[in-house]
Amino acid sequence: MPTIAEKILGEKAGKGKAARAGEIVECDVDYVMVNDVTGVPAFEVFEAFGPEQSIKREKVVVVQDHYVPNKDVASAEQAKALRTYARRYKIAHYYEIGRGGICHQVMIEDGFAAPGRLIIGADSHTCSYGALGAFSTGVGSTEAAAAMATGTLWFKVPETQKFVVDGALQPFVMGKDIILHIIGDIGVSGSLYRAQEFYGTAIEQLSLSDRITIANMAIEAGAKTGIIPPDEKVFTFLKGRVRGEYSPVYADGHREDYEKIYEYDAAEIPPTVARPFVPENTAPARDLDVTIDQAYLGSCTNGRIEDLRVAAALLQAPRRVHDDVRMIIVPASDRVFQQAIAEGLIQTFLAAGAFVCGPTCGACLGGHMGVLAKGERCVSTTNRNFIGRMGHKDSEVYLANPAVVAASAITGRITDPNEL
Amino acid sequence: MRIWKFGDNVDTDQIIPAEFLTTGDAKALAVHAFSKVRPEFAVAVQEGDIIVAGSNFGCGSSREHAPRALLGAGITCVIARSFARIFFRNAINIGLPLIEADVVDQIDEKDQIELDVDRGLIENLTKQEAYSFQPLPLFMQQLLKSGGLIKYIKAQQT
Repeated sequence: MPTIAEKILGEKAGKGKAARAGEIVECDVDYVMVNDVTGVPAFEVFEAFGPEQSIKREKVVVVQDHYVPNKDVASAEQAKALRTYARRYKIAHYYEIGRGGICHQVMIEDGFAAPGRLIIGADSHTCSYGALGAFSTGVGSTEAAAAMATGTLWFKVPETQKFVVDGALQPFVMGKDIILHIIGDIGVSGSLYRAQEFYGTAIEQLSLSDRITIANMAIEAGAKTGIIPPDEKVFTFLKGRVRGEYSPVYADGHREDYEKIYEYDAAEIPPTVARPFVPENTAPARDLDVTIDQAYLGSCTNGRIEDLRVAAALLQAPRRVHDDVRMIIVPASDRVFQQAIAEGLIQTFLAAGAFVCGPTCGACLGGHMGVLAKGERCVSTTNRNFIGRMGHKDSEVYLANPAVVAASAITGRITDPNEL
Repeated sequence: MRIWKFGDNVDTDQIIPAEFLTTGDAKALAVHAFSKVRPEFAVAVQEGDIIVAGSNFGCGSSREHAPRALLGAGITCVIARSFARIFFRNAINIGLPLIEADVVDQIDEKDQIELDVDRGLIENLTKQEAYSFQPLPLFMQQLLKSGGLIKYIKAQQT
């Protein structure tokens, strides 16, 4: 009577049956992903591990995304070091700037993420691939190095919490609002050491893009992974892009298998904002009276074509970005960027007075391309609003969906798009 | 030995802000530990100091730079009500001892404490109190005693 997490970990541990929550298992991992921040330490550890180890290069994915284009000499040296390692070990799955994008979007677009797979990545938002029915989770550089060398990693099998969201969503309510609403309810440690599974008619209706937003932010409730049972939308998406075979894994669906079950009425979820400095600090957008200096649309959480379409629809002329606001738009991948150009979205953004650049994690983590000054406020489609996350320690980040960010960019204050 | 106390939800951006993630070197990272929220930490921290915190310590990013910065600063143990899971794994996998215990309200920064990891006991010498904790699962204790994941795997292979 196991959950999806128990089934995948049992299968990957070679048990021939599901693992049980609490058990410690050693599993074969399908892919190990590292980026320019976590990759260099991972390769350093790998090299210290001993030359007799041969790298499992077919499992390793390397993506330059955090500080690209390089923001200073130190980040350029780091990117160079990663590039050198990728060449030394003949890493085929290497993504250079201009030919990839934000690592999680690349892992999904390029067919690494698929149902039933076990994927680790040295980036906390690796849990995103749960939207396709994978067990995927963030790890550190040392663990990534160990998996590069052995192809395996130890896991403590998590208990699973079930989240059921039924009903129809209100206008301008997206996957972002569902996950912010849940985190607001259970708190940032509400799923600590747990796996999440998501069900219900509202989840079934969501696009894959919105589901990725939900799985992406599982970590913001402390979860190890957030999994949505894969359906036709996932299988259709994977046609022609998935690498190799995959087999979907489903839970047996018994109530007693879950540590907890949470139920929500989709109709009661408004466009939601998480105020500083923790993602659980949520409130309806319409209840806030907050002026903003910057509006940021992008990241692995909300930088997909579907997100850009929502924002562009709101930013059609004669609407413009407010005089007192800088709007920064960063597509999550080069493919998304090209698609947005083809659809005329980028032209809409530029005409509205927004700034657009190619894919990078950049400002989401206070790196570059939109860092905040002291006292500035940003409404952002990203995933974290920690102290100083996007810049100065006395700056503030308000997390919201792409529609709220676009509406707020227009009015200059945090705005429920239904009020435009 | 001194205690550094922190509250709930200390995230990895607080432990080591992202702008310093252009090196993985523990000593170089330690210089910037808590630089945004508690600048005096990196200046005054000494080898053997201990962090005592509330719940969800180390939440946020997977950056191993966070436990590395604490190791580089000389921190020998972090005691918290609970830990975010990636930080928890990272710390153990690089050999930074963690204790899960709800003692943040009992221990003051000026207190002297001693740890008996085998018996699962924190002794507060200043207050003459003792607090028990659940030792880590055996497998994780072995990882720590080996000096982290890589040394553990090497030992297993020989």
